[in-house]
Amino acid sequence: MNTAALTAQPVASPHAHGGNSVTRTMFRVQMALVPATLYGFWLFGWPSFFLWLLTILSCLGFEALSLKMMGVTRIKRTLFDGSALLTGWLLAMTLPPWAPWWVAVVGGFIAIVIGKQVFGGVGQNVFNPAMVARVALLVSFPVPLTMWVSPLPLTSLAAPDFIDGLRIFLTSLPQPDAMASASLLGHTKTELSRGIDLFHSLAGEHAPVLSWIGARSGSLGESASLLILAGGLYLVGVGIISWHTPAAVLAGLAIPAAIGHSVDPAHYLSVSAHLLSGAAMLGAFFIATDYVTSPNTTSGQIVFGLGIGFLTWVIRTYGGYPEGMAFAVLLMNALTPVIDRFIKPRILGRDRKGKPLDIPEGKEA
Amino acid sequence: MGFMNLFKHFLGDDWGVHPDDHKRPAADQPVRVMPVPARLYLPLQQHLGGPARPVVLVGQKVKKGELIAEAQGMVSAPIHAPTSGTVAAVTEITAPHPSGLTLPAIILDADGADEWIALHGCADPFALDPAEIGKRVAAAGVVGLGGAAFPSAVKLIGASKAKVTTLVMNGGECEPYLSCDDRLMRDAAAGIVDGIRIMLHATGAKVALVGIEDNTPEAIAAMQAAAAGFDTVQIRPVPARYPMGSEKQLIQVLTGIEVPADGRPADIGVIVHNVGTALALRTAVREGKPLISRLVTINGNCASQPGNIEVRVGTLAEEVIAFAGGLKGEGLGLARRVMGGPMMGMQIPHWRVPVVKGTSGILAFDTVEVAEQEPNPCIRCGSCVKACPMGLLPLEMSSRIRNEAYGEAIDLGLKDCIACGCCAYVCPSKIPLVQYFVHAKGELASQDRAKLRGDATKKLALQRQERLEREAREKAEANAKRKAEREAAAKAKAAAEAAAASAAISAGQGAV
Repeated sequence: MNTAALTAQPVASPHAHGGNSVTRTMFRVQMALVPATLYGFWLFGWPSFFLWLLTILSCLGFEALSLKMMGVTRIKRTLFDGSALLTGWLLAMTLPPWAPWWVAVVGGFIAIVIGKQVFGGVGQNVFNPAMVARVALLVSFPVPLTMWVSPLPLTSLAAPDFIDGLRIFLTSLPQPDAMASASLLGHTKTELSRGIDLFHSLAGEHAPVLSWIGARSGSLGESASLLILAGGLYLVGVGIISWHTPAAVLAGLAIPAAIGHSVDPAHYLSVSAHLLSGAAMLGAFFIATDYVTSPNTTSGQIVFGLGIGFLTWVIRTYGGYPEGMAFAVLLMNALTPVIDRFIKPRILGRDRKGKPLDIPEGKEA
Repeated sequence: MGFMNLFKHFLGDDWGVHPDDHKRPAADQPVRVMPVPARLYLPLQQHLGGPARPVVLVGQKVKKGELIAEAQGMVSAPIHAPTSGTVAAVTEITAPHPSGLTLPAIILDADGADEWIALHGCADPFALDPAEIGKRVAAAGVVGLGGAAFPSAVKLIGASKAKVTTLVMNGGECEPYLSCDDRLMRDAAAGIVDGIRIMLHATGAKVALVGIEDNTPEAIAAMQAAAAGFDTVQIRPVPARYPMGSEKQLIQVLTGIEVPADGRPADIGVIVHNVGTALALRTAVREGKPLISRLVTINGNCASQPGNIEVRVGTLAEEVIAFAGGLKGEGLGLARRVMGGPMMGMQIPHWRVPVVKGTSGILAFDTVEVAEQEPNPCIRCGSCVKACPMGLLPLEMSSRIRNEAYGEAIDLGLKDCIACGCCAYVCPSKIPLVQYFVHAKGELASQDRAKLRGDATKKLALQRQERLEREAREKAEANAKRKAEREAAAKAKAAAEAAAASAAISAGQGAV
């Protein structure tokens, strides 16, 4: 007997590979986030950079810790596949830019340990880890999580320098009133609850303006809506995500918004206000398209996306919170297994129910 | 990717994958004819179905084209001597099978004369009865040359019974690296078209649609020129996409009809043959020559002179490679040896494996091409769902198989899987999905066998129990019967004695 026959491991076909990898996919998503992130740093200064950095580091740290505790042998490889880094990055994009340091650490813990590793690690989680952390933080610590600041571009005089930025980040002193500001959704919600309609609240002296270039208060991912959109279109272009989910999310949000606004503009925000505010763009292109927690089929993705968009609009319009994207994503995440169960692709040679197609008349062998 | 393809891609109507085809420069090299090697190794199982049965003895002298093993069973094909010489042995050799296991084979020592037996060709095959053509094709041992090696005559005869209307000719050589069909269409287009017309006559089909991938324009041009005079042979360029050459996909692209899941192409009036098979069939019918050689593509980064070589069946891959210029750097950097294409071919353990009728390529891959990596967890990206040409959910099937929930995997369509490898090709986590499916199919087959065996055992046990019960019953009955007889006999005896006694008494009385 030939010894080569004993040593060679039989391997099933194919013997070629397209070259795609998890790391490459994650890297491209991160590349798509770079422009919006850099713009956010410029708008909100050093504190936002520290927040971003610490959120990512804590996600990586908790990932390493979890893997070690679970006895995974290839910690380094799993740690640097880019998924924990991306979770941290996305979470940082949704936080108030001047949030204190412990928000980053607690957020990293919730996202990685509770949102991901307890389910079995990468690919096993039911809910989007960044959104789990975002919602848990918002519900547990509503004050720091709704503390928005006006944009203070790095070049402006009032912007905190490196040391000041570090102090703001580490000491979590109350922010000076002059810098505190509400986001558009928060402001209109507060005013509506006081009985002031949109015409007056949006025309008021302290009203946040809907800025197309993003120079307004909000999270990193909120202010730079158009840069997020550009990054998302890049991802569609290179085939990392398909257009179905983001288009469905935006449509699910825009259609009820358009109807509501045309019926009663005093109480319903316009389509552009909805699409450019909050986490609409980030949610549509970066959160709802998370592979693990969204359906596998294009039809399923459309149902999933429309659900997220519509629920977001419902929560924003009628709910207690000004922004509903994170809640909507989690609700639809829970429905993903159901959607995947009912919406399956048609198998070639079978009908939708899986029954073989009929043999045409007169052709029986 | 053309505009329409791009459009379809964005609509999500885009099965299969677009691998780099790596067909050139091998496809552009003229065919080299390899001389007959000193020794040929002919496995008895070179086709789908039952293995052939040897009809020669060790030491027997045979001529080129002489029958050395006959077909056995309904689906089988005979094997002929590829050259003249002496039968050296009938033994087991390493077969073209990834396990590296051995299969029975005939070993033939060439005498160098390469002398044909008397051939019985036919100058006008169109005058022959279709059944007679089928008989001749079967006798010549022609099998599908696209890779699956299904005995061609079985398909032809089945087709004429099933009232087939359309003959789909597979010239869509969708496997990357391979170019033997491309080369054959460029060099022997007239012969292929003639073979297609004989097939039409043999099957009774009205029209032949020849699907050729649009990345081989030379082949399309040559075939169009050769088919120019014949209305029944239509050349149809199809988009280059893997697995375009798969039966069900090619039929759907060319005719627009889907083959039902549990049916055969003949059920919808179609049969599919490879273009290389058409040429082999023509040679078999017109010249009476059996299938004893074929075109093989030598390719891969380690091959120093990629190209197509005409090889006698039974030649060792080792010798084909040596003839083709050997491996770069004496095989240093060789990572994997493959027979067939990279997507569905099989890994072989060493080069001392013979070329068989279905061998389309011998590929020597380096580490860059193989890119072997340990699998990562599935991230449910859905790439495999988009790539699957059958509309399956490979990620769901593999997760069921990992939990040994084979029943659920079948419900998800495991039995519809054609093992084309698109899913594993695109998987960013490098999960060996095809391996999962092959494993599950094997596991199910062995479960079925075990069930059959269990059923048979149970039946035997029940029969035994019945038999024992019956025997016991019969014995008891027999005993009872004997007892009754004995009692009856005793009674009769007693009665007789009593009668005798009374008779004696009465006699005594009478005597008194």
